[in-house]
Amino acid sequence: MFPTRKMLLCAAAATIMGAAAAQAQTAEVIHWWTSGGESAAVKVFADQYAKAGGKWVDTAIAGGPNARTAAINRTIGGNPPTAMQFNTGKQFDELVEGGLLADVDAVAAQQNWKAIIPPAILEAVVRNGHAYAVPINIHGQNWFFTSNAVMQKSGAAEPKNWDELFVALDKIKAAGFIPIAFGDQKNWERNMFNNVLAGVGGAEGFTALWGKRDAAYVKSADFRKVAETYRRLKNYVDPGAPGRNWNDAAAMVISGKAGMHMMGDWAKGEFTAAGQSPGKDYGCFVLSNRGGGYVMGGDVFAFPKSKSADVGKAQTLLASTMLAPETQIAFAQKKGSIPSRQDVDSSTLDTCAQKAMVFVKDKAQQIPANELLSPPAVTGAVEDVISAYWNDASMTTDAFVAKVITALNQAL
Amino acid sequence: MAIGSRLAAQTALIPAMLIALVVYCGSTGWTIWISLTSSRMLPNNNFVGLRQYEILFANERWQVSVQNLALFGAMFIVLALALGFFLAVLIDQRVRAEDLLRSVFLYPFSMSFIVTGLAWRWLLDPTLGIAKIAHDIGFESIQFDWLVRQDRVIFTLLAAAIWHAAGLVMAIMLSGLRGIDQEIWKATRIDGIPAWRTYIFIVIPMLKGSFATATILMATSVVRLYDLSVAMTNGGPGIASEVPAKFVMDNLFERQNIGLATAAATSMLITVVAVVAPLLYAQNRAAAKAAG
Repeated sequence: MFPTRKMLLCAAAATIMGAAAAQAQTAEVIHWWTSGGESAAVKVFADQYAKAGGKWVDTAIAGGPNARTAAINRTIGGNPPTAMQFNTGKQFDELVEGGLLADVDAVAAQQNWKAIIPPAILEAVVRNGHAYAVPINIHGQNWFFTSNAVMQKSGAAEPKNWDELFVALDKIKAAGFIPIAFGDQKNWERNMFNNVLAGVGGAEGFTALWGKRDAAYVKSADFRKVAETYRRLKNYVDPGAPGRNWNDAAAMVISGKAGMHMMGDWAKGEFTAAGQSPGKDYGCFVLSNRGGGYVMGGDVFAFPKSKSADVGKAQTLLASTMLAPETQIAFAQKKGSIPSRQDVDSSTLDTCAQKAMVFVKDKAQQIPANELLSPPAVTGAVEDVISAYWNDASMTTDAFVAKVITALNQAL
Repeated sequence: MAIGSRLAAQTALIPAMLIALVVYCGSTGWTIWISLTSSRMLPNNNFVGLRQYEILFANERWQVSVQNLALFGAMFIVLALALGFFLAVLIDQRVRAEDLLRSVFLYPFSMSFIVTGLAWRWLLDPTLGIAKIAHDIGFESIQFDWLVRQDRVIFTLLAAAIWHAAGLVMAIMLSGLRGIDQEIWKATRIDGIPAWRTYIFIVIPMLKGSFATATILMATSVVRLYDLSVAMTNGGPGIASEVPAKFVMDNLFERQNIGLATAAATSMLITVVAVVAPLLYAQNRAAAKAAG
């Protein structure tokens, strides 16, 4: 029998309501978390968002620069995603200046960010008094991860300063293992340099280079020591390092082929995904000659402005879900970071994360990562110089110093 | 009627003209304008004169990129022409499996540069490819680490690019060779001229058109070289295999510095124009002279 008019009306109404309900909470999220540990972590966000009544559409793009490029181009081009990932820092400055991002002041006020998020991280998402991104984690960038098995077999002790580090590396090399597992790509060459800079040059050195871009510091004997220590590390890296991905390097430590891996604590996610736990299978430490210094960075999600009220609702729901305490703890456990909100119960996090929470509570230990201090153009120019210095053994430290000073003045 | 059909023809050309004007000339003009401003991630209109060009030419990575492209370009065109011509001559000897061989040699050209670059990277990786196979067989002393050596890495790109393009050059040369009058061969045989002299002194001058076509096609891929550098070495080790197109792309997007990127792109444009314009002028003069 043919559908009656009433049945048709009901069907139409149900479809419209269903579509509206589905549209109201659909969030397309662009991010670059594609490795094993990272995917498990972003799934926490997706599951929590689904529990809160939303529909997560995952647009993962491998490679941070690629994901940011795609997100920025889509936002400018008029087909923005609902949310996009950036590193904490200056990467989305011009989107704010161009009025392309929606502010998240409502969520910030409701969750009282001023009270629960460390000042350096909160400042990094605030422009002109308004919050434009949600900081969802805090990553330390200058960790050392060691394989307990390799350290024991080599008779190497966990070093307390950079001189002891080279002693340990020599022991690992003598025992036949690869001392430092390295994924030799340009940005990780810079990351390793920053690790040395924070450890040997300290917080003053780090902020002098990236924040103040101080030529006098670059010419100083302090900086030369940093450069020479960096160069020494090259002797402990295997010849297969060029082009390797960072998670493949972490895998070398996980499988017991290499002793140490210098990486941010997102590498912990790889260890967790492989079923290893800190203390038992691997060790983690921050190495400093100057009483400490934790290079703090992280990830944020920004929300492109949209005229649609439905998109706005989805963005608000997504923002508040991401910062909910249970989400923060579950995400931190999988990702290797610590929660961006400090008021959560961190006793369920592993020992490396506990160390990190102690660092973050102490203002004297906090070094803002270079993403927070310098714009991508300057970071990139200096990265080119660092990469040339790492790869070209014939470049003298004097030449390196001169080129760094040129690079710091690169961008207008 | 003559006038009507001409008007129709011109009207039909208007969309193409508009596209050429607006898209091609307009975009080029806009790019040059942005290179004179202090734009970062998004375009702005702060005029800063030639400051971006000053920064560009002082930038060591740009200098290395340009040197790499000059070296790569010259060697690529010469070697690919030579190899392509040689392959065409061999195939032209009426070999039995000619169709199969032609397909085999032309096949690499159908692959994207990304696939080519990745495959060659795996082959040349000191711990994975040819070197590892040699070690496993027993030749421990064989070292082939050109992929990770600053001074040699550009030659690995060269090898991959020549492998890619030789087939196309061969196909062009083959069609040119097939177009040569058989009488020439008979004449040279009667005169007792050896084959290699025939090829070098008679055939090659007759193939000027094919050589020109092949050279132009390869020159455009030289200027556009980007994906091969990214796939094989990502500009590494360090900045040893950087190329200008990669400099432009990195600064356009990742480095959020479109002022510098457009300055680099404009420099590339000026270089190409500086090379092509005299050639076109010479061609026009020759054509005008021939027309009397």
